[in-house]
Amino acid sequence: MTPEKFISIEAIAKRYPGASGGEIAVFENLWLSMARGEFGCVIGHSGCGKTTVLNILAGLDEPSDGAVIVDGQAIEGTSLDRAVIFQSHALLPWRTVLGNVAYAVTSKWRDWDRAKVKAHAQTFIDLVGLTGSEHKRPSELSGGMKQRVGIARALSITPKIMLMDEPFSALDALTRGTLQDEVRRICLETGQTAFMITHDVDEAIYLADKIFLMTNGPGAVLAEIVENPLPKDRGRTDLHRHPYYYAVRNHIVDFLVSRSKTFAADVPGHDPRNVPVVKIGVSEPTIVTPPRAVETQSAQTIAR
Amino acid sequence: MNASLRLRAAIVSIALFLAFIGIWHIATRGTGAVATMTPEYAKLMGLTATAGKSAMPGPLDVGAKLWEHLKRPFYDNGPNDKGLGIQLGYSIARVGLGYFLAVIVAIPLGFLIGMSPLINKALDPFIQILKPISPLAWMPLALYTIKDSGLSAIFVIFICSVWPMLLNTAFGVAAVRKEWINVARTLEVGTIRRAFTVILPAAAPTILTGMRISIGIAWLVIVAAEMLVGGTGIGYFVWNEWNNLSITNVIIAILLIGVVGMLLDQVLARFTRMVTFPE
Ligand SMILES: Nc1ncnc2c1ncn2[C@@H]1O[C@H](COP(=O)(O)OP(=O)(O)OP(=O)(O)O)[C@@H](O)[C@H]1O
Ligand SMILES: [Mg+2]
Repeated sequence: MTPEKFISIEAIAKRYPGASGGEIAVFENLWLSMARGEFGCVIGHSGCGKTTVLNILAGLDEPSDGAVIVDGQAIEGTSLDRAVIFQSHALLPWRTVLGNVAYAVTSKWRDWDRAKVKAHAQTFIDLVGLTGSEHKRPSELSGGMKQRVGIARALSITPKIMLMDEPFSALDALTRGTLQDEVRRICLETGQTAFMITHDVDEAIYLADKIFLMTNGPGAVLAEIVENPLPKDRGRTDLHRHPYYYAVRNHIVDFLVSRSKTFAADVPGHDPRNVPVVKIGVSEPTIVTPPRAVETQSAQTIAR
Repeated sequence: MNASLRLRAAIVSIALFLAFIGIWHIATRGTGAVATMTPEYAKLMGLTATAGKSAMPGPLDVGAKLWEHLKRPFYDNGPNDKGLGIQLGYSIARVGLGYFLAVIVAIPLGFLIGMSPLINKALDPFIQILKPISPLAWMPLALYTIKDSGLSAIFVIFICSVWPMLLNTAFGVAAVRKEWINVARTLEVGTIRRAFTVILPAAAPTILTGMRISIGIAWLVIVAAEMLVGGTGIGYFVWNEWNNLSITNVIIAILLIGVVGMLLDQVLARFTRMVTFPE
């Protein structure tokens, strides 16, 4: 079966001039595809090129080779169809909450009058739970509230795809949890296609349908695609109670801890166009090892 | 705590001021008759010689004269005798005009330099050479080409205030946070709209800082320029009163130059605060 490819990253490479005149490839010949309405998370060690992939997908950066096809069309530069939620929220400090969201709204619908823009922006401010803070400036908001504005701004232009670069990494666990719930709810309700970078394994397991595992750079490859075995109606707080939770978690953690370093040597015949899809189930004895106590604890702490 | 610090600072300021006035008063007071001379000669020499009075006016003389000026700031008794208000008005008008022209040139040009690395590199040698030239060095050239002393002074103000604004604008525009630019890019905001809605507000504090430096320099330079071109203005007034040997008037002019300079700086400082937003 060939699932519909809503996003198709085809053979992209990114190279930078090296120190000694040559070129250093962050990655070469990278293929990745996602279906409409899917939530994809990328996990990999620092410096492997996750942000680079996301920026290329956003159109903020250009690949040295290859192309990105979205909805049947090769992308050229940025687009209002692909909204970005920045790690550092990137709010304009001279605009209020409403002003920041309205800026995005007027950019998409240039002929709308003030009242219409305001009403539209307000809808999304309400959606992320910031009702009452419309007239505050970013400096008067907490980190979580700023990130909510970033989410409202991205959603307000009703994009086809949401791109998120570690959107919650700067937040405390509690705020992160609420925002994860928020994002999951919105994505499920609107059937949003989303692509997110994270370092938090539990975040990926909670949010993603597919988890993309990248090896270490330079010369990083997409090693595996892990299909999330947890049911759609999973809850954030009882994630760890699911029978497959530790299997999938251990698989990802194992990859990050050991296999991401040695992957290229271990799997010499790796075909970047046909990345193995890992389906985790109880029938696979290798991955259903009982969780270690430390991990149980940390997983629960994060989940709370 | 804060208020009390302010209060204490104010008390110290006032004490210093009074001490300064006191020392000034004592230093310039007469020492009594110093030499005997024929009445005709004494009349010729004035109080300086007969009563040991210092040629430097005391604070009371200056105060009295200042009060006189403040009562009639706008009188006009011909070219060499105008009220201080009129003279200051001329200077402020020249500074305002030259400064305004500099703003019109420096901010768009600074934008261009900040946004285009090519233009930045291409213009850099010119700016590097032109910037350190004393604005007064342009005066003869300006007088020769413009053939009008008033306009030449305005030109000198223009040339001295253009550099800090130009460099600060270019720097502020080039240093706009990449993320903000990326926000505009992902929203498909066009170049012009991006310049006005992202780059300008982001660079505004830096630009205003440049404008503040410029107004300070312009006010420094106008006095010297008016001493050279003559005719009107507070700089001419200072020079004219020096020729009249009226040190009292010179001191009053110095005081007013300081006050006006401070006010101009405060206005710009206030504008800077208005466009500065913490993140
Ligand atoms: N302008 C550049 N010149 C040279 N090398 C660069 C440049 N920008 C990025 N790189 C390199 O590209 C690689 C990938 O960077 P990228 O920001 O995509 O990593 P990342 O996976 O997002 O890391 P992190 O998890 O720390 O955010 C890094 O090794 C970095 O050194
Ligand atoms: Mg990154």
